Amino acid sequence: MHPASSIIVFTTLSGMGFGLIAMLGLGAAPSDGTAGLVVCALSFILTGIGLASSTFHLGHPERAWRALTQWRSSWLSREGVLAVVTLGIFAIYAALWVFAADRVAVVGILLTLLSLVTVYATAMIYGSLKTVPRWRTGLTPLCYLLFAVAGGALLAATVSALMGHGAENTLYAALVLMVIAWGAKFVWWNRSDRTTLASIGSSPETATGLGDIGKVRLLEAPHSSPNYLMKEMVYRVGRKHAQKLRLMAVALGGGIPVLALLAAVVSAGGGFILVIAVLSHLVGMMTERWLFFAEAEHSVSLYYGHR
Amino acid sequence: MTSLPTHTEKALGLVIDLDICVGCHACVVNCKEWNTGGYGAPLSDQNPYGADPVGSWLNRIHTFEVEASDGSGCSSSEAQILANGKDARIVHFPKSCLHCEDAPCVTVCPTGASYKRTEDGIVLVNEDWCIGCGLCAWSCPYGAREMDAAEGVMKKCTLCVDRIYNENIPEEDREPACVRTCPANARHFGDFSDPNSDVSVMVAERGGMDLMPEQGTKPVNKYLPPRPKSRPVQSAPSDLAALAEPEAKGFLGWLDSALEKMG
Repeated sequence: MHPASSIIVFTTLSGMGFGLIAMLGLGAAPSDGTAGLVVCALSFILTGIGLASSTFHLGHPERAWRALTQWRSSWLSREGVLAVVTLGIFAIYAALWVFAADRVAVVGILLTLLSLVTVYATAMIYGSLKTVPRWRTGLTPLCYLLFAVAGGALLAATVSALMGHGAENTLYAALVLMVIAWGAKFVWWNRSDRTTLASIGSSPETATGLGDIGKVRLLEAPHSSPNYLMKEMVYRVGRKHAQKLRLMAVALGGGIPVLALLAAVVSAGGGFILVIAVLSHLVGMMTERWLFFAEAEHSVSLYYGHR
Repeated sequence: MTSLPTHTEKALGLVIDLDICVGCHACVVNCKEWNTGGYGAPLSDQNPYGADPVGSWLNRIHTFEVEASDGSGCSSSEAQILANGKDARIVHFPKSCLHCEDAPCVTVCPTGASYKRTEDGIVLVNEDWCIGCGLCAWSCPYGAREMDAAEGVMKKCTLCVDRIYNENIPEEDREPACVRTCPANARHFGDFSDPNSDVSVMVAERGGMDLMPEQGTKPVNKYLPPRPKSRPVQSAPSDLAALAEPEAKGFLGWLDSALEKMG
């Protein structure tokens, strides 16, 4: 699948933003108004850039509001509705926090739940597609959720440290979640390497119905130049570097943040090193997300002689 | 509304005969021609006369080579022999929207622009609502939907909804442009919900098949498999040169053989 940069930015930033909101809802970050202003603004910036970015690849961004109407059947629509509702409630929660220094715990828990469901819906846009076997697993939303909360916890710990507050619990949470998230990703990668179109029973033979005669091979493509379908769904660039990129994703997205978190635990502070961890994690996540799309094979490729 | 109808009054669709299609691309061209002037936005081309032309098409023909696995498809004396020595046959394979009963492209649509009509089962896009997110193209196993780069909306086969009910054109033209133009009569249009319709009968008689049934989309369009190739009678090769000689009998025959002997 074509790894559109707008989609990569959307899924990583909004995932991290909603992960941060989920952690704030559980009481992470200092409760004074200034800290509230910083973390809430950060949440809005991340989710805002993410959601805005998701509209960049649209043919008609001015009609994006229509995407809120089909929540009964469409995960994309559900994601939009949930994001709007979550951010609306979060705006009230943030206002009370910043101006009245009052974090309403019940609303916080509700926000945690809503944020997680929003990230789940984002993941299900991809996890529900039968045409892309390696995405179609419960592990896809699991990874999205774990990465969201791990990134959110890392951010919350970083802001706390920068503002001179000890946040041991958040640090530990970030550490544990980061390890579990990458563990889940390893399981996902392991499954994805075994889950091909062939393994779910699709082949050029079933795609053409000509399997009874024999083995099917593309002789002539419909046109001499590539088309939208090939660019969007038969994207194969960079697959040969997949292993190197996976290593890079793990090192930047998991390795460096874990080391930085350990250092922060030991040194009881470490705001600067955590900022580096956040940036490294972000680059690692974007690499992971790039691979998520670029490595995925779509059943349309069976008609174009590529696997 | 992007939920699928539980039942459609008709199930209009196409039968494509892979035994007959000669891969001339006339259906592809006529589809593009009709749908550029008819329903919705025109099917645009980008850089059409340049080195790297692209464009939107609702119907594309792939050509596949099928290598016989057990000899059932073709015989050893056929002309279509691959370099590796195995039997092969060429199948031209037109592909457009299959107007699936369980169309995943409809349910993933976030805007309600994609819908399946209750009256005839045609899957259409409301181009005034489409935001061009492309998720329907991702959800379609067959590659039936393409984003039009000029309009920013998804284009797909409409089954020529603006022809089949069009009372302003002669009755014989009220079928999809691809069917109307096919010079080999490899494409047929009809109602699959009627077991006595031409298309239903054809599918029953010829073993019409679904593409990628494992995807669970329940396509309405059916493909008729190529018929098994007949095997030429295997016999000793004839002396073709002798056949070309005019036959001489009687006195001329005697003269002929006598002159042969003289060398």
